[in-house]
Amino acid sequence: MPLAIEAHGLRKRFGRTDVLAGLDLAVPAGTIFALLGPNGAGKTTTINILTTLVRPDEGAVSVAGHDVLTRPDEVRRRISLTGQSAAVDEVLTGTENLVMLGRLSGLSARDAGARAAELLERFDLTDAAGRRVGTYSGGMRRRLDLALSLVVAVPVIFLDEPTTGLDTRSRQELWAVIRSLADDGATVFLTTQYLEEADRLADRIAVLDRGRIAAEGTADELKARIGGEVVELRDESGAVLAELPTDGTVHGLRAAVDQLDRLPAAAAAGATVAIRRPSLDDVFLAITGRDAASGTGTDIGTGTEPETTPELQEAK
Amino acid sequence: MSSMSTVTVTVTPSAAGSARTVGTVGARPRVGALTAESVFIGRSFRHSVRDVESMLMSVMLPVMLMLMFTWIFGNAIDPSGGYVDYVVPGIILLCAGFGASSTAVSVSRDMTTGVIDRFRTMPIRSGAVLTGHVVASLVRNLFATAVVIGVGLLVGFRPSATPLEWLAVFGIVALYILAITYLFAAIGLAAGTPEAASGYGFILLFLPYISSAFVPVSTMPDWLQPIAENQPITPVIETIRALLTDAPLGDEGWWALGWCVAIIAVAAIWGAWLFSRKAGRR
Repeated sequence: MPLAIEAHGLRKRFGRTDVLAGLDLAVPAGTIFALLGPNGAGKTTTINILTTLVRPDEGAVSVAGHDVLTRPDEVRRRISLTGQSAAVDEVLTGTENLVMLGRLSGLSARDAGARAAELLERFDLTDAAGRRVGTYSGGMRRRLDLALSLVVAVPVIFLDEPTTGLDTRSRQELWAVIRSLADDGATVFLTTQYLEEADRLADRIAVLDRGRIAAEGTADELKARIGGEVVELRDESGAVLAELPTDGTVHGLRAAVDQLDRLPAAAAAGATVAIRRPSLDDVFLAITGRDAASGTGTDIGTGTEPETTPELQEAK
Repeated sequence: MSSMSTVTVTVTPSAAGSARTVGTVGARPRVGALTAESVFIGRSFRHSVRDVESMLMSVMLPVMLMLMFTWIFGNAIDPSGGYVDYVVPGIILLCAGFGASSTAVSVSRDMTTGVIDRFRTMPIRSGAVLTGHVVASLVRNLFATAVVIGVGLLVGFRPSATPLEWLAVFGIVALYILAITYLFAAIGLAAGTPEAASGYGFILLFLPYISSAFVPVSTMPDWLQPIAENQPITPVIETIRALLTDAPLGDEGWWALGWCVAIIAVAAIWGAWLFSRKAGRR
């Protein structure tokens, strides 16, 4: 299978921090690839290098069949980027934003107008088409942002934390759109802090840790390494007293519960158990042998607000 | 790299089966030579027209200042009543400064919201975004200047300029607007936030007061005179004043041209450096 994205030994240093320390990537064309990692792992820097925004200090990188470092314009003709913050023009209307992008992508004014109407319809923005984007809600901005990336159906689509800050419903709508992009033949490269998102969307997942790929594979392959559900013991106030990983089997669950039985706290009044899916913390613990570097952004699927990542702060 | 250069991406027609190229996965069509510039100029015009408050401010403030100086301070400064002829050229430059300062905010907003990263990852000259802001500022300010001159005529400004001298005034005013706009654009690139850009720009707006815009430099304290005499705005004002009234031009015209061209060159080089340095950073 041909590769849409290929990178070897990418290194990038900002000040004294090695943001990327020898990153390798190989993404087959037509697949959805998720780069999973906590804040500061180097996700945005990776996207910035792949999309020609930032040059790596070392390494080779090719996207959509062209060398990113020597032929950036050929790469730019074949990619689109949806960054972390919605890159929309707030003074213009939804239609004007889309027509502008269409004209900049080489469409005639007529084609750009027709394409804008099509995308507004697809993203359920037709009613707001003539309103200034400044009046849009967060979810509407995100949808317009993604629509702007699709004005021309480019072969490789980059999405940097596409659902951060969205509610559950908007997130699921966006997932459906992302899947339809791959169905149309595009390669989708997305970064996420949410294991669930990677699990639901991606054909392959890479776990990024301290600027290197710590593990890579299909969701099933990774889960086999992570283990199955986690059994949690909480006290009356809801504080977590114990977390026991299981292998997802009935036998494994029974063993975990047996282990809980031996804890005096389990017998206390008001103590409850719950079974939950592995979190990003668990993935990190399993793969890197230590906790995720950052305390933030680890609430799986609860829709925390977007935050400036340490790598960006470093870059200022 | 040779092992990586043979990658081809499978192009699959979309499920919709649209015959048009836009719905099908493929590379973007190539854009025309000046498409990006014209699209971005159109964008900046829309921004200017829709930002009614800034537009009003950049016309109203100079007009109010002119009325204040001619009706309230004018007779105290020059009891003969000829002050309006003296002050209008200064107000014209003040007006250009007000109008151009919003360029810093617009540029900074583009650089900090992520809009710029989308343009940078497209096969266009992303610097054309700045061209759009500069051209819009030029047109906006020429309009505001025309309004100021019109109001000046209403309150008794009586220029003695010939059509050729008017043309020269237009030229020098346009050049001055370009210079100060470039400077504000570079400030917008340097500032971390739109608010900071607005703050830095404010400092520049004080320069006309320490010049011959409102009172002759010779009436200022001794220590201030060399600054007022040798700062870029004074020769520009003196040139406009000489062209519009019967004052002697001397070599002020050359100084004005030199200053404007030098400011444009410095701001353009500084701006280009800032623009490339900030790729992928916010």
